[in-house]
Amino acid sequence: MRHAVTAAWVVFLFSIPLWMTDLYILHILISAGIFTIAAISLNLLLGYTGQLSLGHVAFFGIGAYTSALVSLGFDLELTDSYTFVFAPWPVWIAFIAGIAAAGLFGWLIGKIAFKVRGAYFVIVTISFAEVVRLISLNWVDLTEGPMALNNIPPFGVAIPGLWEQTFYQKLPNYYLILVVAIVCYIVVRRLVRSRAGRAMIGLRENEALASSVGVDVTRYLVLATVISAAMAGAAGGLYTHYIRIVDPDIFLFIYTVTMVIMVVTGGKGTTAGPVVGGLLFGILPEVLREFASPEVQWVIYGVFMIAVVFFLPQGIVPAVTSWWKARFAAPEGGLGTPEGAR
Amino acid sequence: MPEFLQHLLNALILGGTYALLGIGLTLIFGIMRVVNFTHGELYTFGAYMVFFFVMVLGVNFFASILLAMALGVALGALIEFVLLRPLRGADIDTTMLVMIGAWIAMQNLEQFTWTGIAKSIDHPFPLDPLVIGEVSVSWVRVFVFAFAVLLIAVTYLLIHWTRLGKAMRATFQDRETAALMGVNVKGIHTLTFAFGSCLAAAAGALLGPVFVVAPTIGDLAALKAFAIVILGGLGSIPGATLGGFVLGLAEELGAGYVSSGYRDAMGFLLIILVLVFKPTGLFAAKERIG
Repeated sequence: MRHAVTAAWVVFLFSIPLWMTDLYILHILISAGIFTIAAISLNLLLGYTGQLSLGHVAFFGIGAYTSALVSLGFDLELTDSYTFVFAPWPVWIAFIAGIAAAGLFGWLIGKIAFKVRGAYFVIVTISFAEVVRLISLNWVDLTEGPMALNNIPPFGVAIPGLWEQTFYQKLPNYYLILVVAIVCYIVVRRLVRSRAGRAMIGLRENEALASSVGVDVTRYLVLATVISAAMAGAAGGLYTHYIRIVDPDIFLFIYTVTMVIMVVTGGKGTTAGPVVGGLLFGILPEVLREFASPEVQWVIYGVFMIAVVFFLPQGIVPAVTSWWKARFAAPEGGLGTPEGAR
Repeated sequence: MPEFLQHLLNALILGGTYALLGIGLTLIFGIMRVVNFTHGELYTFGAYMVFFFVMVLGVNFFASILLAMALGVALGALIEFVLLRPLRGADIDTTMLVMIGAWIAMQNLEQFTWTGIAKSIDHPFPLDPLVIGEVSVSWVRVFVFAFAVLLIAVTYLLIHWTRLGKAMRATFQDRETAALMGVNVKGIHTLTFAFGSCLAAAAGALLGPVFVVAPTIGDLAALKAFAIVILGGLGSIPGATLGGFVLGLAEELGAGYVSSGYRDAMGFLLIILVLVFKPTGLFAAKERIG
């Protein structure tokens, strides 16, 4: 039954471009998809290890900038006589490099921040994002600062000498992002059901108890941060080669808040939560745009976030699941039960 | 050398207001275990209230600062009453999410009310600077520093010499025992949040006339307050005071001798150094929490 529902969803998502020819709506879906990937990555930290990363946009932006720079090539004047020249690489390798760079920074931040927990981690990640933004703004030689990096090449596929296709259109980008999102979903799902995932959930529920039975707490926290950061970097890479321009505004705190709202509303600590939240808050702004100016939209978001915490603290997915269970007494281990929930 | 002295003086003056911001935040965290993300918005609120009273209504400059602080108390009490009181006993992540929501809503309300255009505030001080030997400083900054030091002194007196301060310290050490001893913990929470908010609004009211007022100034103020509090150790008031001055110094020297573009990044560098070498903060008193 569960497999049938999942399969139906996947078929539905793959079929959308076949009957939905409006390019604007396709664009909204692509943006929502990119944010959903970011939300899935944030959920790994926020939902499963219980650590609130408020600098998640930094990993997203590092992925975007790295991928853009590697695919464009750049040169740096290191000394007066020596200039380091970096030739452009193919987009796919740039994409991987972006993921790796984001993961590396995730490791670094995890190593520093998890010396202490809770509030410290939040503050360190938030400051980290601000510093990365300042660097992207001030290191004009590398990032072009506020002038932005332009003409970033899009993704493409080729059979050498026979056939090639560059993803200028929305359609291939839609499928690319859908595939990456599914991969990320599966990675998180498998991870949280593995030994490592049980360790993470264990330390979220009771850190003292988890470490007393031999869970190496810091190691699993850093592991979760690295995977989460790498995934956010992948989302950034997808963004950069789709939009094809990247500037320091990519590091705005408001994007982190968007990801947090997506995860919290959908249901943190559930695999389906960030997908539901991501689609909801990816599409909602476009609907609201008709009625409200951006400031008013953000006021609504803020109030909405408070309301969710007050009235629906578990998020949408667990609420729907428990309603469904109460109604139909569904088989155990439904799609949206928080892993390891008491 | 004169350049260095000038930087030191600037750092001292900047540090005073930073210390105000940090003390407010650390008090709220220490006593309520709440990471107050609206702190920067109360700073912005203080600055806009001074703008409103001085530039729109034409109220006296000094009276406007006091009015802004009074309104800061009221707004702080309101936030505590509506958002935090129902969540008492909830875990720290829950309150953090609520405070982030409040932050976003408040900032955009400010943007909606005052538009995004930066505003400047007139002040009654002479424009000629005060010259001491080879260094100089504008009179308005002297006033800002003096007022900030006065407020810090008042905070210390309040906490160490009054019955209310004793009740606050008791709640800080052990909430349950304090309640058993007859301390009205609910009331202490409201007062603490209102008082911390008042200090943030004061910092905004003081720096508003020095810089310009815009809806987003609170973001950096909040980040700096976080850095100061980590620097001093979460919950430590002497730590926050010292942390404010250390951050002021780091920013001045960083902007003067490294690059002015990275002035605002100095706080983060300090956080990294502290977390690597002394994760509990400079003042790791046994009363520290977190």
